[in-house]
Amino acid sequence: MILKAFESGVDGVYLAGCLEGECHFLRGNLRAKKRVQYVKTLLDEVGLGSGRVEMYNMSAAQGQRFAEVAREMTEKIRALGPSPVKRMRNAE
Amino acid sequence: MIVANRKTLEEILNMLKSYKKVLLLGCNECVTVCAAGGEREVGVLASELRLARAKDGEEIEVKEQTLERQCDQEYIDQVRPFVGDYEVILSMACGAGIQYVAEKYRSKPVLPAVNTTFLGVTLEQGVWSERCQGCGECILDQTGGICPIARCAKSLLNGPCGGSSNGKCEVDKELDCGWQLIIDRLKELGQMDRYEEIIPVKDWTTSRDGGPRKRIREDLRL
Repeated sequence: MILKAFESGVDGVYLAGCLEGECHFLRGNLRAKKRVQYVKTLLDEVGLGSGRVEMYNMSAAQGQRFAEVAREMTEKIRALGPSPVKRMRNAE
Repeated sequence: MIVANRKTLEEILNMLKSYKKVLLLGCNECVTVCAAGGEREVGVLASELRLARAKDGEEIEVKEQTLERQCDQEYIDQVRPFVGDYEVILSMACGAGIQYVAEKYRSKPVLPAVNTTFLGVTLEQGVWSERCQGCGECILDQTGGICPIARCAKSLLNGPCGGSSNGKCEVDKELDCGWQLIIDRLKELGQMDRYEEIIPVKDWTTSRDGGPRKRIREDLRL
């Protein structure tokens, strides 16, 4: 799913999961963490860079943290620049 | 099952250099179990191929299809209606399946997306281990259910050798000595008398050493 997002031209993807140890589904956030790590290796392999996907942990009540993370990720991706895939998609 | 692992993206991209229309075929059996070439891996590889090409400003069309198996003609036939639309077939099945697809679609280049390795078992999710070498003459009854051909680095029939130390093999300290495992198991089963019986020199003609093999059951032929 994350790869499909990058295929459509997005510049970055971040996952927000529950705080570790507090997952409603017990280990969902731990599995997601492993998957994000795997996708990072795929993005490096492809040449888009592992920095374009990140996982953050926060509780649903932490609105401020959510905003903080959104800002942090936006700055990070802005620094990396637009995805080279977007160039191709726009040319079509 | 047959355990394989996917080739690096770099190697696959290199094989696909001159192609723009690719039929990517996965397999629902062994390579699915070892997470090398099942439907999920087909999806990931297809995405990676599209991303890698798009990044370089190039096109690629990848059709994703996972067959039940690639070692039986009935399943390979399922892609016949549209195989003509593609320049090349990239198969994620084991070496047997990849070859059979190549045999059935002689006019299409068929490329391997995985390296096929061994016959093995799942020890835990994400860990697979070799168990059988297909030698064609099974002696598991004599060795407590543990195969000395597959699990002893030297395939000794009357081990262990002098390189067995603390239950580990001299070639790799993580590798259990096959014969230590056999002795331990024979003890557990109360069958240590079998250990005393010398297993004679192996006839390797039933193994791959005797040439490529074929098995025919006349009673099953139509």
